[in-house]
Amino acid sequence: MTFFRQILSSLGRATINSIWRLGEASVFMARVVSRSSIVLRRPGLLVAEIHFAGVLSLVIIIVSGLFVGLVLGLQGYETLKRYGSTGAVGTLVALSLVRELGPVVAALLFASRAGSAITAEIGIMKTTEQLSAMEMMAVDPHARVVAPMFWGGFISMPLLAAIFSAMGILGGYLITVVVIGVDSGAFWSQMQSSVDFHHDILNGVIKSVVFGAAVSAIAVYEGYASVPTAEGVSRAVTRTVVTSALAVLALDFVLTAFMFTGAH
Amino acid sequence: MERSNVDLWVGVFVAVGIGALLFLALKAGNVDSIIKSEGYKVSAEFDNIGGLKPKAPVKSAGVIVGRVESVTFSNQSLRAVVRLNLDKQFQFPADSSVSILTSGLLGDQFVGIDPGGALENLEDGDRVRITQSAIVLEKVIGQFLYGKMSEKNAD
Repeated sequence: MTFFRQILSSLGRATINSIWRLGEASVFMARVVSRSSIVLRRPGLLVAEIHFAGVLSLVIIIVSGLFVGLVLGLQGYETLKRYGSTGAVGTLVALSLVRELGPVVAALLFASRAGSAITAEIGIMKTTEQLSAMEMMAVDPHARVVAPMFWGGFISMPLLAAIFSAMGILGGYLITVVVIGVDSGAFWSQMQSSVDFHHDILNGVIKSVVFGAAVSAIAVYEGYASVPTAEGVSRAVTRTVVTSALAVLALDFVLTAFMFTGAH
Repeated sequence: MERSNVDLWVGVFVAVGIGALLFLALKAGNVDSIIKSEGYKVSAEFDNIGGLKPKAPVKSAGVIVGRVESVTFSNQSLRAVVRLNLDKQFQFPADSSVSILTSGLLGDQFVGIDPGGALENLEDGDRVRITQSAIVLEKVIGQFLYGKMSEKNAD
């Protein structure tokens, strides 16, 4: 009897804890967003964060995008060859990248490259009591530190996803047209006739905006809520990457179910 | 890093990002869905449309001349009503016929226009009289088998 009691109460505790964390995160994000006017008053802070989250992630995004495109092109070509429709490889590469792989893989890379760094930075500022010191000087750390980081990530992510998709398409072009010798005209024209601006490209951009908001919010919250010790910060960084990856994949499923099923 | 350097790199990043979006929209996607070209609408009734969907291409002599706007069912005639949005630069005689065709054996379905010989052209809001329904593979196979069977019985 006591055994069941323990199981049930630990389940209850876990539920209450997770709801409590969700509530705390919501209050925290509401506070950050409501104090975001500093981003407009001091755009230098935002530019620095876009540099940190976006520009410094460019190399990994470009290289991974290129390789993902190369692999998609190769695999697509090998499969389509059996059906004699190798010209459709452009469609395959473009649709996979624009609809799914671009936003999702870019968000996963963004979470591990920029999200973890954001969490670590805020966590270490908390550990070294810089955030408390700011509060002592009547500087609101939500506005001065967290808001620019959140918006920097929010703005960088859709741009990174677009660059990822574009690089992937270039990679697919390189391997199938330049190396293998698929007809260049068929590659582009079949792609253009089946990639729709509203249905495919715009929905991909909406996905990347949602992922950008989710990953940035998770990163700043985990940093701010971290236990102020060396171990606590390292745990927070791990949680950022794991939670972001799960959130991105789960959100992707929900968004895809809304966008790409039904009427069409 | 120096402030002006940061500004420069962020500028490059934003420009490259917007450039990538433009590349996706213009080079990978079809631009004609952004720029709504002037068109006129024509409707046609079919007994069976098969798997025709809105946005399917409308072709004449293999050239895309418009898109299917909507597919509905008419309670009066008990037939499918397909509304076509045709590009203004393409004009067709009023007695042209439309048929539902399939690209390849199992490909997507599209609407084909065969021009007639009338002197007047189709206008906005017109209804095409001569239509040919989609070929439903099950029906064709059914007829084929039925024909084979009756052949056997005759022997």
